[in-house]
Amino acid sequence: MSGSIADKGTGDAKGGRRRKAGDLFLLRLVLRRIGVSLLLLLAVSIIVFLGTELLPGDVAQMILGQSATPATVAALRETMQLNDPGWLRYLHWLFGLLSGNPGTSLVNGMSIAELISGRLANSLLLALLTTIVVVPLALTVGITAAVWRGSAYDRVVNVLTVAAVSVPEFLFATAAVLIFAVRLHWLPALSYAAETDSLRALFRSFALPVGTLSIAIFPQMARMTRAALINTLGSSYVEMALLKGVRPVRLVLRHALPNAIGPIANAIALSLSFLLGGIVIVETVFNYPGLAKLMVDAVSTRDVPLVQACAMIFCAGYLLLVLIADIASILSNPRLRYR
Amino acid sequence: MSGVAETAIEILPRRRARMSLLGWIAATVVVLCLALAVCGPWIAPYPAGTIVSQTVFGPMTWAHPLGIDYLGRDMLSRVLSGARYTIGVALPATLIASGSGTLLGMLAASWGGAADQVISRAMDTLISFPSLIFSLVVVAALGSPAIVLILTAAVIYTPGCFRIVRSVAVGINETDFVAAARARGERNLVVVLEEILPNMVAPILTDFGLRFVFIVLLLSSLSFLGLGIQPPYSDWGGLVRENIDGLSQGAPAVIVPAIAIAILTVSTNLLIDSLPGRKVANYGG
Repeated sequence: MSGSIADKGTGDAKGGRRRKAGDLFLLRLVLRRIGVSLLLLLAVSIIVFLGTELLPGDVAQMILGQSATPATVAALRETMQLNDPGWLRYLHWLFGLLSGNPGTSLVNGMSIAELISGRLANSLLLALLTTIVVVPLALTVGITAAVWRGSAYDRVVNVLTVAAVSVPEFLFATAAVLIFAVRLHWLPALSYAAETDSLRALFRSFALPVGTLSIAIFPQMARMTRAALINTLGSSYVEMALLKGVRPVRLVLRHALPNAIGPIANAIALSLSFLLGGIVIVETVFNYPGLAKLMVDAVSTRDVPLVQACAMIFCAGYLLLVLIADIASILSNPRLRYR
Repeated sequence: MSGVAETAIEILPRRRARMSLLGWIAATVVVLCLALAVCGPWIAPYPAGTIVSQTVFGPMTWAHPLGIDYLGRDMLSRVLSGARYTIGVALPATLIASGSGTLLGMLAASWGGAADQVISRAMDTLISFPSLIFSLVVVAALGSPAIVLILTAAVIYTPGCFRIVRSVAVGINETDFVAAARARGERNLVVVLEEILPNMVAPILTDFGLRFVFIVLLLSSLSFLGLGIQPPYSDWGGLVRENIDGLSQGAPAVIVPAIAIAILTVSTNLLIDSLPGRKVANYGG
């Protein structure tokens, strides 16, 4: 989407136009992009809600079990408002979500908001630690591979990242446990220590999950960083700088990198959205009490309202990352500013 | 969203016209894996379901080269027989995803206008689901019979194929030979199938390989979570799950099926990456 929007600005913009009008134009683009994200989120919520409609059989019957009398089933249908038309129940559900009250779990009757809140914080912590580890690493490898493109180093990085992109996360996870916990006894195997009082304990319980997640999204991020920088390095002003004798380090850091920051920020945000797939696997393997584990357990017990609430949080997070990526690429396009 | 396509498309340095050695090795491995999907159970040393050993989670030995599983079954036979569930679900799903994505992409490009807009926006909506989350929602509602898995994976990966095909087809649609065909009065479907399609076979095949990799990974992840193909049938992801308790004992039974998946997906991806004349590398959803 960013492509089509951004392209509109790349017309015959001239540098001399007034800056202020350009800023307004940029603001409009960004606001429109945010509007598109909200619309997509709305569409996503409709699809997620259809999940319950597709559910074979009667939800009330499912909760009460086969031995329930028809009268109790009818009463529960009434209290759960299952007799209302679908669109009314959708609106009810949607406003419940928005006001922080996504309903109750089908399985244990607990409030979904309560079930989710602590788990969400745990997952965010895991994602944050992974981001801190993986971004500097991926940037370093991506940038160096772009600078020395075509070299043996670049080719090795290319083959390794192509290979690593297509390895299932649970292979990384199980291999890490086999090596560091079973063979070397450095780290505890599948145990997650809730009490992380010392820094060492914190490291011990997070090393394997964070390491696995990092390996899972590292190749993607390094490849996209490399691609973004290579685009800039191929431009004619960089060639000009090279021809007039700018030293390679300065060429990359002062000339190419500032213009590649937008695309690189875009690449990082998009790669981070791959965290969402990895976190489901990692939380399951390491028995980490996060939102993804909650969701997988809810799917096993067919606890649809809980699955829906978790799915909406994940989709919102994903759309937010993609939105950040697109805004980064809009803001970093200087041609859009002078229009 | 289309930022994926924007930034990830990368013009690789011009490759040699012939496939590299790595490419040939990868191609051989892919063909071997496909062969296993057909005749795996016949060449397995033991029937996949028989208990052959008293030692649970046994190590690799000459009699059982890949070890023993959690019930005392031969892992080599389990892996050989599991190939058909991994590939047998992923391949039809890829065919449907790639087929519908290609058809919709070409039609959208040739129609243009409002129809193009509607199809493209629908695809944008589908692509704003993280793939694993989408399949979890579907499995929560419908359970996981093979047909549901195949269709879910197909729906998830249609938009990715659609985008690539549409962007290539838009370019071809504006060439002179398409204009000539339209001037001859050919019907749109004929133009699409006889003029546009033959000129984009290479990107479609490349994309097919990538989708196959993504779908194998998605379905394996679902099986690993216990939400994919259900026992007694076990695909490779399912084999990892059923033996996960052996992880703390360092049993080969846990890691071997995961490596089997990686061999299939990595060699497919390396094969695509080394195809001669390949210019565009896209690793978007």
